[in-house]
Amino acid sequence: MTPQSEAELAEIIAGANGPLHITGGGTRPIGHTNGAALSTSKMSGITLYEPGALTIVAKAGTPVAMIEAELAKENQRLAFEPMDHRSLLGTKGDPTIGGVVATNTSGPRRIAVGACRDFALGVRFVDGAGTIIRNGGRVMKNVTGYDLVKLLCGSYGTLGVLTEVSLKVLPNVETTGCVLLYGLDDATAIRALSAALGSPFEITGAAHLPNGMDGEPVTMIRIEGFEKSVTYRAGKLRDLMKPFGEVTLQIGETDDGYGTEKGWTWVRDVTCFVDQPGDVWRISTKPSAAAALAAQLGATAVQYDWGGGLIWALMPEGTDLRARLGTIDGHATLIRGKADAPTFHPEPAPLAAITAGLRAKFDPRGILNPGLMN
Amino acid sequence: MEMPAPNASVLSRKDQIVERLCGVLPRDAVISDIAETRAYECDALTAYKCPPLCAVLPANTDEVSAVLKICHDMGVPVVPRGSGTSLAGGALPTADSVILGVAKMNGVIETKYDDRYIKVQTGRTNLSVTGAVENNGFFYAPDPSSQLACAIAGNIAMNSGGAHCLKYGVTTNNLMGVTMVMMDGTVVEIGGAHLDAGGLDLLGLICGSEGQLGVVTEATLRILHKPEGARPVLMGYDNSETAGQVVTDIIRAGVLPVAIEFMDRPCIEATEAFAKAGYPMCEALLIVEVEGSDDEIDYQLDLIMKIAAGHNPVELRQAKDADEAGRIWLGRKSAFGAMGQINDYMCLDGTIPVSSLPFVLKRIGEMSKEFGLDVGNVFHAGDGNMHPLILFDANKPGDLELCEEFGAEILKLCVEVGGCLTGEHGVGIEKRDLMNVQFDPQDLEAQMAIKDVFDPAWLLNAAKVFPLETSQSRRAA
Repeated sequence: MTPQSEAELAEIIAGANGPLHITGGGTRPIGHTNGAALSTSKMSGITLYEPGALTIVAKAGTPVAMIEAELAKENQRLAFEPMDHRSLLGTKGDPTIGGVVATNTSGPRRIAVGACRDFALGVRFVDGAGTIIRNGGRVMKNVTGYDLVKLLCGSYGTLGVLTEVSLKVLPNVETTGCVLLYGLDDATAIRALSAALGSPFEITGAAHLPNGMDGEPVTMIRIEGFEKSVTYRAGKLRDLMKPFGEVTLQIGETDDGYGTEKGWTWVRDVTCFVDQPGDVWRISTKPSAAAALAAQLGATAVQYDWGGGLIWALMPEGTDLRARLGTIDGHATLIRGKADAPTFHPEPAPLAAITAGLRAKFDPRGILNPGLMN
Repeated sequence: MEMPAPNASVLSRKDQIVERLCGVLPRDAVISDIAETRAYECDALTAYKCPPLCAVLPANTDEVSAVLKICHDMGVPVVPRGSGTSLAGGALPTADSVILGVAKMNGVIETKYDDRYIKVQTGRTNLSVTGAVENNGFFYAPDPSSQLACAIAGNIAMNSGGAHCLKYGVTTNNLMGVTMVMMDGTVVEIGGAHLDAGGLDLLGLICGSEGQLGVVTEATLRILHKPEGARPVLMGYDNSETAGQVVTDIIRAGVLPVAIEFMDRPCIEATEAFAKAGYPMCEALLIVEVEGSDDEIDYQLDLIMKIAAGHNPVELRQAKDADEAGRIWLGRKSAFGAMGQINDYMCLDGTIPVSSLPFVLKRIGEMSKEFGLDVGNVFHAGDGNMHPLILFDANKPGDLELCEEFGAEILKLCVEVGGCLTGEHGVGIEKRDLMNVQFDPQDLEAQMAIKDVFDPAWLLNAAKVFPLETSQSRRAA
């Protein structure tokens, strides 16, 4: 089913007599569910774009590429840098903005500017009873009533089907610079990233790849802004990073290497795991714990983003990574694979009770992507 | 402003309730003497007052849990209170309620610079969070004007903003985790020292829920290294349309200042008389601040000055040193106090799309004449968060009501142009009865359904946020 309008979608959900499997562009098949396919892809189009107010409103099925193209015309962008899951998950099709919001998908810049949920200003959605609900709006500061925008963001379609989202956008930058260190071990690299992120130099990307593009370890620190400012901060960071190893600077676009957009796209899309056999897990934790945690996983390969706070782990097929993690400050999600484990991190009993209570309110019949998040 | 009639059964059981509370708290942490409960009769929305049944000042999460368990068992309403600086009446008690104040819980639990967070008890004031980390060069970004006094608990309840949120975001963007006590006494941990939720974003839901879903006792907050420097520029224009255009042009030029503040003539006149900051007398004044090293600041201010100069400013002044910067901020920071010198005022908080600024200011001016009440406008222009200050005389019969009526019209206008009722102060009781203007019944029903999950008996701060008649059946149940 591919409804063309919010009203039609509401009718379909109200009249449904069984589970629905909700998708946007179908490029992020994370978790398992069953039911009749229901796609938002035909509800597409930018409803409003005010560059001077840094806001864009679009229907849920609008391709991300269309939004990015419109923003680029005004020299603006989605600052949270949503990951494109297609190569990692082997999917085709067009990622939609509704899908980005429903999965709270962000990228390396999350460490500096926030996640998709921090840029989501408003939503319209249809709940499991077929009721159309509106929350938030299109202004940047809004504390009117409860924040269902954040609740819906990252709810994977289980509380309601998004029909429209409004997002805060930011100006594009003049220049990007990158500070690189080669050959560091994981623990040293994360200490270096913490030092950089704890500086006043406004880092917008902080990743460590034990297996970089050439197979060797590389630690990447991104700075963005006006050219003069980037050059200045890159120089400061070079001095700050000297104790950790030999430092290479890249300012602006170069033909290859990590300072370029290509390098950060490589990090964002976890390209080093593409076409590699095994399960892919995504762990959010505190950076200072990351290297030790990763070491105890027995992973085939790992990648660190967000200054170490985000660990991507490639695990032998069928491994329950959580059993090896133990209790952590954070959570692990199975993004790709066949492990006999819940996709999302099990919640402690009192939180699980709240979650179950919310699901019962928003989807009383349990028909929206049933079981996907638990 | 109507408040629900107190529950007679609760009032009649006051002695029993106090006795049970004294059983779980030190004697001096339970305030039940009528004279002493008056200290808790209102918050910063002083037009409304009502002493609570009693007030309790627990010292830790366990004590909060014990208090809430008792109140839950005995069916007693609870009103959580941070420092009582709410301008929306968020901490206004009812006569049958127990005020749960977090003031004693003001400690720092853990500071971790490597991971860039601090964990505090929520009674700690906003400014003293920065105070705890500034020797290491760090700060906590959200900076509501009341930051010297306001508590983190209240910041989380109202999702407070501040002057610098154009760059750094509001509370919800800087909150990583909470320890929260549910109305039945259950203690839950949400989030932590990591980023983003593993399941549903309950943290995002809690932040801004106005103390209606639980009592947050501990919070993990993101801290950042201070910028190398910051400097403002001041510009004056002879009409607000031009000032609005300048704001838009600055944003579109790709500069992202940390703050863009706006003041109109009535506000400028009041602050000049009060603080003598040397502001130009004009219709619209902007203060734009950028951060970075000296060279970076020079570069950005140069861009901003060029844009500003292109719109025929009546004044354009760049701070050359800290002293001049201080003078530029002096007027803005004393604006509320200055207006308060003239008369009583009501401070509104609607947000509008930046593009509607000139229209909304013009309409406010017209309405000011219709209602016969003066208005000064001072606000965060970069994000459209307005703060019209309506002057009235609290001692003049009918003036408060007239002022409220005027305020309601302004907020309706904010919603009409695509904005909202409140950008950073919260709904509380002040905007409660206007919620129907912004939301359809099913939108409010969805929000109330959430409270049903967290607090099924509607005991926590229940007379706030939702129009009384809309929440009536739930509160009475």
